[in-house]
Amino acid sequence: MTLLSFCQWLASTKWSIALHESFYMYPLIESTHVVALFLFAGTIAMVDLRLLGAVFREVPISEINARILPWTVAGAVIMVSTGILLFYAIPVRTYQSLWFRFKVVFLLVAAINVWIFHRRVQKNRADWDSDRRPPFAARVSALISLSMWAGVIVFGRMIAYNWFDCDRPQSDFVYWLSGCVVELVDA
Amino acid sequence: MSLLDLFESLEQSGIGLLVRESLWLFPALEAVHLLGLSLLGGSLLLVDLRLLGLGVRSRTSEQMMVAAKPWLLISLLILIGTGVPLFLSEAVKCYYNYSFWVKMSALAIGLLYTFLIKHPVIRRGAVPTVRAGLGILSLGVWLTVAGAGRWIGFS
Repeated sequence: MTLLSFCQWLASTKWSIALHESFYMYPLIESTHVVALFLFAGTIAMVDLRLLGAVFREVPISEINARILPWTVAGAVIMVSTGILLFYAIPVRTYQSLWFRFKVVFLLVAAINVWIFHRRVQKNRADWDSDRRPPFAARVSALISLSMWAGVIVFGRMIAYNWFDCDRPQSDFVYWLSGCVVELVDA
Repeated sequence: MSLLDLFESLEQSGIGLLVRESLWLFPALEAVHLLGLSLLGGSLLLVDLRLLGLGVRSRTSEQMMVAAKPWLLISLLILIGTGVPLFLSEAVKCYYNYSFWVKMSALAIGLLYTFLIKHPVIRRGAVPTVRAGLGILSLGVWLTVAGAGRWIGFS
């Protein structure tokens, strides 16, 4: 089973159709997804700005981690659950969306960056926990995080626009990048 | 001149036309508006969580408020700087849009509340119950701004 046929199967399920055609449910989930930026991206931005030494310089990194990151995790739970529902409502078009694909790539890079930060960069955190301006590696990590999440937000917003949709004339490159299938487009 | 006349002429303004006639300007402004929303969320939350006793504890609410303020102002600048051209490009649609007026009312309340009530009260010092109330109100009003703002596109 290819990913595309999986998405086609998803689209054929009862709940996917119901969600897609719902008058209030889809907009409500979409709005929750967007408003949760407040919590999710907001706390990420503040943690990263702290790591850059741009805000809350007097607060130890360990305290920010302990007291703020749980809120980021709560935000992530809202983001992922509403995000999955949004995908589930429009599976095939989203899977073949160029913007969605960019968003996933940036998400993966952001996730790897988080992993590296917690596994490697933070190893000697005790040495710089209270530094007003953390060391270079921590600042690079924060900068990567800010740029990747900004990309995720921008690409996420662009999914709504159909410029690069498979059912519009596209260059071969876009066609390939979006995973468009001729038979589907003609159908 | 009625308010609708005003909105009609705003829509015909240079910036309104520029955004409306461009394919990518409106989406780009929207995207940056969302980045501004994120920054706004962070700079409000770290203060409001502190007020509620759920955030950073080693610094006082006032210290958190003072530290976050430049970022709060930057986020508001980004939001207004992108929000105004978005509005100008479809002012008449906004005029007839219920969510737009909910958002603008909440925004006015949010700005007045934040700078004329929340910040001064924090500066004067308040008992924990009052502090918690300040935080709840702040999150309530600003989340209304964000939610109603998103809903402009649905209604």
